[in-house]
Amino acid sequence: MNPPTTATLSIPIAWQFQPGVPDAQPALGVAGEGRIASEAPIHEPRAATRNACKVCAPLGACVVFSGIENCVPFLHGSQGCATYIRRYLISHFREPVDIASSSFSEEDTVFGGARNLRLGLANVAGQYTPQAIGVATTCLAETIGEDVPRILAEHGAANSGGPELVPVSTPAYAGTHVDGFHRTVRRVVEHFATPTPPHAGINLLPGFVSPEDLRHLKELVAAFGLPCTLLPDYSDTLDGASWPEYQRVQPGGTPTRAIRRMSGARATLELGHTLLGSGADTAGRWLHQTHQVPRMPLALPIGLRETDAFMAALGELAESGCPDDIQRERGRLVDAMVDGHKYVFGKRAALFGDPDLVIGLCSFLDEIGVRPVLCASGTRQAAFEPAIREVLDHSEADDLQILTGADHARISEVAREVRPDLIFSSSKGYPLARELEVPLIRVGFPVHDRIGGQRLLHVGYRGAQRFFDLIVNTILERRQDRSETGYSYL
Amino acid sequence: MINVLEQRRAQIHRKGESTAPLVCDRKSVAGSVTQRACAFCGSRVVLYPIADALHVVHGPIGCAAYNWDIRGALSSGPQLHRNSFSTDLQELEVIYGGEKKLKQSLGELIDHYRPKAAFVYSTCIVGVIGDDVEAVCRQVSREKGIDVIPVASEGFRGTKKTGYQAACEAAYKLVGTGDTSSIGPCGINILGDFNIAGESWLIRRYFEEAGIEVVATITGDGRVDDLRRCHGAKLNLVQCSGSMTHLAKLLERDHAIPMRRVSFFGIEDTAAALYEAAKFFDDPGVLERTQVLVNREVGRVYPELKRYRAILEGKKAALYVGGAFKAFSLVKALKLLGMKTVLAGTQTGSPEDYALLREICDDGTVIVDDSNPVELAKFILELDPDLFIGGVKERPIAYKLGVGFCDHNHERKIPLAGFEGMLHFAREVHASVMSPVWQFVPRRAARAVGQPTRTPPTPVNHPAHAPGDGGRPASIDGALHVNSED
Ligand code: SF4
Ligand code: SF4
Repeated sequence: MNPPTTATLSIPIAWQFQPGVPDAQPALGVAGEGRIASEAPIHEPRAATRNACKVCAPLGACVVFSGIENCVPFLHGSQGCATYIRRYLISHFREPVDIASSSFSEEDTVFGGARNLRLGLANVAGQYTPQAIGVATTCLAETIGEDVPRILAEHGAANSGGPELVPVSTPAYAGTHVDGFHRTVRRVVEHFATPTPPHAGINLLPGFVSPEDLRHLKELVAAFGLPCTLLPDYSDTLDGASWPEYQRVQPGGTPTRAIRRMSGARATLELGHTLLGSGADTAGRWLHQTHQVPRMPLALPIGLRETDAFMAALGELAESGCPDDIQRERGRLVDAMVDGHKYVFGKRAALFGDPDLVIGLCSFLDEIGVRPVLCASGTRQAAFEPAIREVLDHSEADDLQILTGADHARISEVAREVRPDLIFSSSKGYPLARELEVPLIRVGFPVHDRIGGQRLLHVGYRGAQRFFDLIVNTILERRQDRSETGYSYL
Repeated sequence: MINVLEQRRAQIHRKGESTAPLVCDRKSVAGSVTQRACAFCGSRVVLYPIADALHVVHGPIGCAAYNWDIRGALSSGPQLHRNSFSTDLQELEVIYGGEKKLKQSLGELIDHYRPKAAFVYSTCIVGVIGDDVEAVCRQVSREKGIDVIPVASEGFRGTKKTGYQAACEAAYKLVGTGDTSSIGPCGINILGDFNIAGESWLIRRYFEEAGIEVVATITGDGRVDDLRRCHGAKLNLVQCSGSMTHLAKLLERDHAIPMRRVSFFGIEDTAAALYEAAKFFDDPGVLERTQVLVNREVGRVYPELKRYRAILEGKKAALYVGGAFKAFSLVKALKLLGMKTVLAGTQTGSPEDYALLREICDDGTVIVDDSNPVELAKFILELDPDLFIGGVKERPIAYKLGVGFCDHNHERKIPLAGFEGMLHFAREVHASVMSPVWQFVPRRAARAVGQPTRTPPTPVNHPAHAPGDGGRPASIDGALHVNSED
């Protein structure tokens, strides 16, 4: 469709207001010429968050609850939060995501929402017949000081035989989706795990990875013959098959009876570099402190070295070597890295998104000679910068910039300075990639502008293989497209 | 067997079975998993396309982050509106108040982006922590010399409908402050079109061809200065039932500008809208040009539409959309394609809306207010539609049950308004309904038991059309080829 001739369509350049466009006239006496790039240092707005590189804590909670068998996520607060979060998740996973809400009205904010919460729980129980309802608080419920654990306890006592009710406090003003995710995993374990005799199984706490990642992790653990409780497991619930008949709750997820027994496991493998430090109040730590389950903290197995470490941990637990198939997969990865190393060496990369994903990718890029020049996370974490420096053995650029708690506006500012050749981020990095005219390699969450975000594989040798091929081919494609000759043989 | 919540029974009707009015205009039942959003969302939808204004969301981060750049509302100039600015309140601000941060945020952003005006949206907790947003806005407005307008959009105030009203009130603060001397005698405003995929441009072009001046499209491809002078128009055409009616009423009350409800979805409604304006001005030249335009445009799209109709005749459609006016237009547009509407639902219809909906639908059509995923799945199983029309949240329900789906929401990137929009719509419907993939979906495959396993799908060679491709009927294979005039 063409715009009318009276209007000129300018291709949007990233997110900048273009003061030069014809209809941006001075506003009410304010000099409206806008600034030009050559002007003296400009004070960039810092107080507001501009184009956040994070979403809110209840989203993380909903993802975790979605990964528990026959569990319905429920947000205590106004319904808008639940609706927004549903749409955001549906656009990425392309699966039904039913999140209930207590639908606060004006009076509830004054008199409290307990009545609505109880009614909501009863209705969810009636409509979905779930085994569990995971109740996360929105900012509103937290601000007016709702005592959700108490309300749930009372409701549960009055409705014995009803679904298990799991509260988690997730005010967004105290944490992002990543924090909400980890906090909810911990709450779920605290809620369900009961003293259990020791058994041969292990616990695997993967963090916020893709359903494809979850499937691959399960496959790797199974290859070592280790029984395992993966929590959460939304590999089916958020990436399920076409339905033969209606499903109230998508099949799959970690069974609650398995979560109960996590306390008797031989060990907990807890993934995520940012959880390594002593500060993090994680589920793995709780299992260790309360039930003496040994905790084995590891980075996300992204790239060769971190996957090696993961395999070594599994081998230690299984008291066996790495299975042949997996070793051959590793061999092929190294072989491919050799085949393609020249194309990627020295390329400059900008990476941004959830901290552990960025750290993992950084580690992998370091293995193949790509130099990260900008690493940023929207979630603020003190462990982020040291972790990045730690994983960079070979390729720390002099001009490497590390930002934590950054928004996309800040990330874009820095990216314009460091001029990356490649960008790794969620779909939200697209405007920047477009502006800088560099390829975007989509990773993590959300992927809203491509299909298959739920099937992106980041972990294991196989994930690294996929990434490596993708990076090399992206560079080759670019080179080919831009060459005058257009060789079909490179 | 899927049961409907007892409290929701009265909000569901099957035409022909009962004549009692449908219960609606109620707050959603807790725990029902409503598809409705909040007041803030409604305000954001309506004001978002004002491209040279600064839009700042006062509250914690999620409310702002979830709607960053998801809408298809285009601007022909500034792109400032596509940003997501939030005060991103943190724990201490929640305890001690967020006014300081709001003030600082506004000051910095205004200095940096030099917007024409600023809108400040309140989210739920702002009302609770007691920030005096109005005072901050007044102060910043004085200091920076631009209008800084608070939008009373706390989510808990109600559904999108409540938010529309708050947005209209906010936008109205600008109206009447601009110079109207250059506006001619045949000026109109178009309200309630948001320039999704360039729809406002298309509609504007129709009117301009007919000799009618479009003073302001509100808020599609909107500008602060257009709002300031829109009271210089002689007529307001209001599309989309809920969103802008309030603004039109304010313009009627204070500036004596009459309003007409119109719709630009579907051939009939688009033509009716153009004639409505033409007749209003009682200018033979305008009327004649409108006739020429309508005839030409209908002639251009009709042959291709007829071919689609031949294929789609008798197919069943279900629709669940935000507002009722869209539902009316869709029922008619589907009829034109030979399709029958078996489910018509809206998030926020009024009693009059549902009465009218009932009138235009066939017997047996289920009419529903404020539905939820469980109910929608139930309706799909019972009514067995070939197509579902809705927004992103309804899509997976349809897909999981093996039903084609068309997005008719603000996130879509394909223009569906106007005459050529109808063609896009028909192509969308065709591509959704006739795709061979449905035969493999278990729910449908189960039905095909006993039939030969390899039934060749109906041959469809679908025109590859990208949004913004100029809207020309694409030339498609022999069976569907249309002799367009170009
Ligand atoms: S109020 Fe809090 S929980 Fe709700 S969307 Fe906003 S940030 Fe998220
Ligand atoms: S309901 Fe309130 S808190 Fe939630 S998204 Fe809407 S405005 Fe934000």
